[in-house]
Amino acid sequence: MIRLEDTSGGAVAAAIAEERRRIGSPATGMVLTMLVLADEESQSDATSAAVSAARQHPMRILTLIPRSGKETRLDAEIAVAGEDGPGEVAVLRLRGELANFGNSVAVPLLLPDTPVVAFWPHNAPPVPADDLIGRHAQRRITDLAAEPDPIAALARRKAGYRPGDTDLAWTRLTPWRSALAGALDQPLGQVTSASVFAEDSNASAVLLATWLNKCLHVTVDLVSSSGPGITEVRLETHEGALTLSRPVGDKAMLSRPGAPDSSVALPRRELASLLAEDLRRLDTDEVYGEVIASVSI
Amino acid sequence: MSPLRHLTSPANPLRNPLDQRLPHVAGPCGMVLFGVTGDLSRKKVMPAIYDLYNRGLLPPRFALTGFARRDWETQDFAQIVHDSVREHSRTPFNEDTWKQMAEGIRFVAGDLGDADAYIRLAETVRDLDRDRGTGGNHAFYLSIPPGLFPVVLQHLKGAGLADDSADSWRRVVIEKPFGHDLASAQELNRIVNEVFATTSVFRIDHYLGKETVQNILAVRFANSMYEPLWNSNYVDNVQITMAEDIGIGGRASYYDGIGAARDVIQNHLLQLLALTTMEEPLSFNADDVRAEKVKVLRAIQLPRELGKHTSRGQYSAGYQGGIPVKGYLEEEGINPESLTETFAAMRVDIDNRRWAGVPFYLRTGKRLGRRVTEVAVVFKRAPHLPFAKTAVQELGNNAFVFRIQPDEGITVRFGSKVPNTSDFQVRDVTMDFGYGDSFVDASPEAYERLILDVLLGDPPLFPQNAEVDLAWDILDPVLEYWATHGKPDQYVSGGWGPHSSYEMLARDGRVWRRP
Repeated sequence: MIRLEDTSGGAVAAAIAEERRRIGSPATGMVLTMLVLADEESQSDATSAAVSAARQHPMRILTLIPRSGKETRLDAEIAVAGEDGPGEVAVLRLRGELANFGNSVAVPLLLPDTPVVAFWPHNAPPVPADDLIGRHAQRRITDLAAEPDPIAALARRKAGYRPGDTDLAWTRLTPWRSALAGALDQPLGQVTSASVFAEDSNASAVLLATWLNKCLHVTVDLVSSSGPGITEVRLETHEGALTLSRPVGDKAMLSRPGAPDSSVALPRRELASLLAEDLRRLDTDEVYGEVIASVSI
Repeated sequence: MSPLRHLTSPANPLRNPLDQRLPHVAGPCGMVLFGVTGDLSRKKVMPAIYDLYNRGLLPPRFALTGFARRDWETQDFAQIVHDSVREHSRTPFNEDTWKQMAEGIRFVAGDLGDADAYIRLAETVRDLDRDRGTGGNHAFYLSIPPGLFPVVLQHLKGAGLADDSADSWRRVVIEKPFGHDLASAQELNRIVNEVFATTSVFRIDHYLGKETVQNILAVRFANSMYEPLWNSNYVDNVQITMAEDIGIGGRASYYDGIGAARDVIQNHLLQLLALTTMEEPLSFNADDVRAEKVKVLRAIQLPRELGKHTSRGQYSAGYQGGIPVKGYLEEEGINPESLTETFAAMRVDIDNRRWAGVPFYLRTGKRLGRRVTEVAVVFKRAPHLPFAKTAVQELGNNAFVFRIQPDEGITVRFGSKVPNTSDFQVRDVTMDFGYGDSFVDASPEAYERLILDVLLGDPPLFPQNAEVDLAWDILDPVLEYWATHGKPDQYVSGGWGPHSSYEMLARDGRVWRRP
């Protein structure tokens, strides 16, 4: 790890290049730049999750942390490809007035001609795409579950949605959606209604209910349960109900009318694996766009 | 009307082609594995099934049935699968995933020729449909020598196991070799097609499941900067190499009498050649890709003088990477008089507008310098070099190389100025794209991809009768020539093949790349 105090964006870029040369791998196959827009409290977890996701998506990670203070200056910590993974990380502390000009620090550090992703571990701006730094990113990742009031934040997210936004509350649903879609690969009678059971204030549950409503064209009830998270999805048909329930742990039980119950793995995933999923495709997640636009709160 | 509505598939309202997060999961189904104790089953097939399961790409109630002449109970077979998964799976072992998968494991004991055993197998399959919900969809994976295919296939048919219906499928998976010449390949096709329709037969050529092989088509047809050069105006020659550093190991009984050309050129190298040289397909659906492959395979011409443009050899004793190794004729189980080649190289030409005049060199061998497979497109030198002769002395031909394995990726070789103030000098440099550097998302094993495609019924990556027949059509005259002219040249283990292979290129004024 290299520390640079009272430095500049250009000097950080030069230091990264120098460090690469020193360890003998100047050529890099990095596919994107990720901007982690965090505060001191969240930066460490968010950065290490990004480093871990970089094992699947080699990338340059720039963690920008605004700091208050009288003195205006940039301090940086740099680490380049090593045991932690193939990417490069720069943790940048923007002190004093510089906190408002993170843009100027990030621009010289963006890898040329490759996608840029912005990630707000919490405290996402109202319109991520309009954010001073977010506007450089074609993919903007937020996390409703990390907001103090996820449901209120969901309403803001809906209002501030621009193509290219995604939220980890949506990413967390992929195993649920996949298991449900898998269950419906075998013909099931007409679904007449559906319910999602989840603890209160769970934004993922709202998104799941909205998605089911849009796909199945039936009323989907959101039923309060004691959690954790989403505990059950129930699709009613004339032949009986198909249920996918996960009361505890990683294992869910799928039961459908006229067939034996089966267990389905529905793991609760770490931040790193959620980020890795989000980075797999960098084009607009149109289904998320449709769903967030239809959320009614 | 919701915009999502017209995009969701009528069959399953939760599936939407725009939904790129949902993985393509196989529907309810099961697989019956013949030849459960073979190397391939234990090292590739079983681990691939587990990996697919672990990645959530198989239905939760997938069923795996073993069939073998062993005095085993289901738990004995489960133990075999467990051990093979523990040892060879690509993804980490997870006890829960394993337990779930183990619930779907069955074993049927019986002789391959025993009709009663197939009746028991049919019962097992029916029970699975009932208890496990496999929906009548079953793939039969024949990991057994082709000589046993007729008896197994006939019994499958006899027990009604090959009968599909409107809403369920039956498929058969077979491994190479797909015959040993055109006549035997056609006979094999006939035997298989008597029981399974052509579209239900999946031939595994594991090369075609490799990401890097599929990437040949992506690089060629998704980019604009290569295709304009991809023709005889710019290409000098193309060299396709598959080299192994190992000898025949324990495969003596399989290998002797087959040899390098049948084992590798007939399938892998000719498929690589077809992918490298075919025209752009109308679409990437199986029929369109196959149509182009067949077209280019049909345009392949052998040299008139086979003796001058082919080469074959047998490895002799020596050192391979610092380890003393035996010669082929001294290997256990090999007839010391054997004429089977362990190295084969040949030139072919493609008679079409794009490729006329460009020689294609194919070579494969065992106990060569290192393990490597690559497709190297070697370009012509620039028509004029406006530099002093000394400046470009060290400049070779430009080359574009698909590194198929190991160290998957692409190398581009071109000339660059050597930094120096006193004289002007141009030297070869390389630009590398490493698959593993940019997409570390641990490339799935070829077998994972192929087994999933079998279960999804997605055939683009499987060669069909026409391609297999054409490949034999190309190879048969060479094999006949070799059978009647002399014997293989000896080559020292650990090098790059017999002297005759160098002479073969020297006659054309060319040299092999050192891969």
